Amino acid sequence: MAKPKLAIYWAAACGGCDVAILDTNEKILDIANLCDIVLWPIAADFKYHHIEAMKDKEIDLCLWNGAVRNTEQAELAKLLRAKSKVLVAFGACAILGGIPALANFTTRDEILQRAYVEAESNANDAKTLPQTKTTVKEGELELPELFDTVQTLAQVVDVEYFVPGCPPPVDIILKLVDLYATNKLPKPGAILAANKTCCDDCDRIKEEKKVKKFYRPHEIITDPKKCLLEQGIICCGPATRGGCGMRCVKANMPCRGCFGPPDGVADQGAKMLSAIASIYQGETPEEINKMLEEVVDPAGTFYRFGMADSMLKRKRLHKS
Amino acid sequence: MSFEPKIVGILCNWCSYTGADLAGTSRKKYAPNVRIVRVMCSGRVEPQFVLKAFKQGADGVLICGCHIGDCHYQDGNKKTARRMPLLKKMLSQFGIEDERIRLEWVSASEGDRFAAIVNEMTEQVRKLGPYNANGGAANG
Repeated sequence: MAKPKLAIYWAAACGGCDVAILDTNEKILDIANLCDIVLWPIAADFKYHHIEAMKDKEIDLCLWNGAVRNTEQAELAKLLRAKSKVLVAFGACAILGGIPALANFTTRDEILQRAYVEAESNANDAKTLPQTKTTVKEGELELPELFDTVQTLAQVVDVEYFVPGCPPPVDIILKLVDLYATNKLPKPGAILAANKTCCDDCDRIKEEKKVKKFYRPHEIITDPKKCLLEQGIICCGPATRGGCGMRCVKANMPCRGCFGPPDGVADQGAKMLSAIASIYQGETPEEINKMLEEVVDPAGTFYRFGMADSMLKRKRLHKS
Repeated sequence: MSFEPKIVGILCNWCSYTGADLAGTSRKKYAPNVRIVRVMCSGRVEPQFVLKAFKQGADGVLICGCHIGDCHYQDGNKKTARRMPLLKKMLSQFGIEDERIRLEWVSASEGDRFAAIVNEMTEQVRKLGPYNANGGAANG
């Protein structure tokens, strides 16, 4: 029997998800033995036309990491969807928009202005911006067009499974491979992580949550045994899905929310905001103002990974 | 046609809903733009509810609860008093104006005040214009 075909693609992502696949160490050889890799831009030299030449549903498993924020990524999402039996949104960017989705607080024009005109290190006196079409003497060159709004993979095409994390932990990657190899994949739509929150997995000592002051991580040396939130560090554990192995919290850093909202939560940021405001001690206008000052960047903190998947999805494009 | 703002009013059962009821039974005239939802306590108003209201077409959200110290559940409204300002700060980063979200304490005897608040907010939101989210879908 022919080996199953595996495709791995990256879109708006940092490459960390691909590295996480390599982090499976010697198990990567098992994956290579188990499957024929047909696309993996970071590691192998396959071209898009190889995929286009395939029959529909010829790829057995496709791991997609990264958000969708330009025409090339949207086109590839549709192509790989058509050619794949099982499409997996792999990592925080593919599922939630991730760090790239923080761009939803701005617009395409503002991004291009900042990156190509205003940035201090630029030498661009002619104020040239990237064009989707450029004519040179060899012919016409084409670049993908940047979207105003970063989207999740599932907002563009149908997705079977979700493997969360920034990047997904190795044990969840291996679980996915194992479930696939043994033909035990759950019902489509499943998120391959815990159903409870990070706090549920966290073994730090938790007492009463009453916070008089919020600190940013560089402003305080925390007790490594006690709940970070109780020490005044904004830790997104209460509104974040568990199953990550508590990598950040074990390194004494607060949870940033990369696993997305747990079951039953529609909007991770709003839920986190609610928790933060609830545990703060203070009811006079002065105390409430002090809290507002201490939570320096609420949208960026509570939607660090979840912006594209949130209820509002982006900053308003046009005021009425 | 002139723009008629849609305002979702989320009112606590014990004070503000009764206050709104008083405005009605004492024949107070006030703007019909507010759609009232009763909750047991203003502390039940999750920030998610406010986002959902905007997402589903509201132009403004009014949250009313008992005065501080009067909460039927001791400190439900104290939590709301912290949540809503933080939510406003966050929504300003989303380009949503402050006047679209309003938190007020209305007791069961303040029918007049409830009517005045609704009238004032309706005019403020009317000046701002429709909410127009433009979220997610626009991708050009």
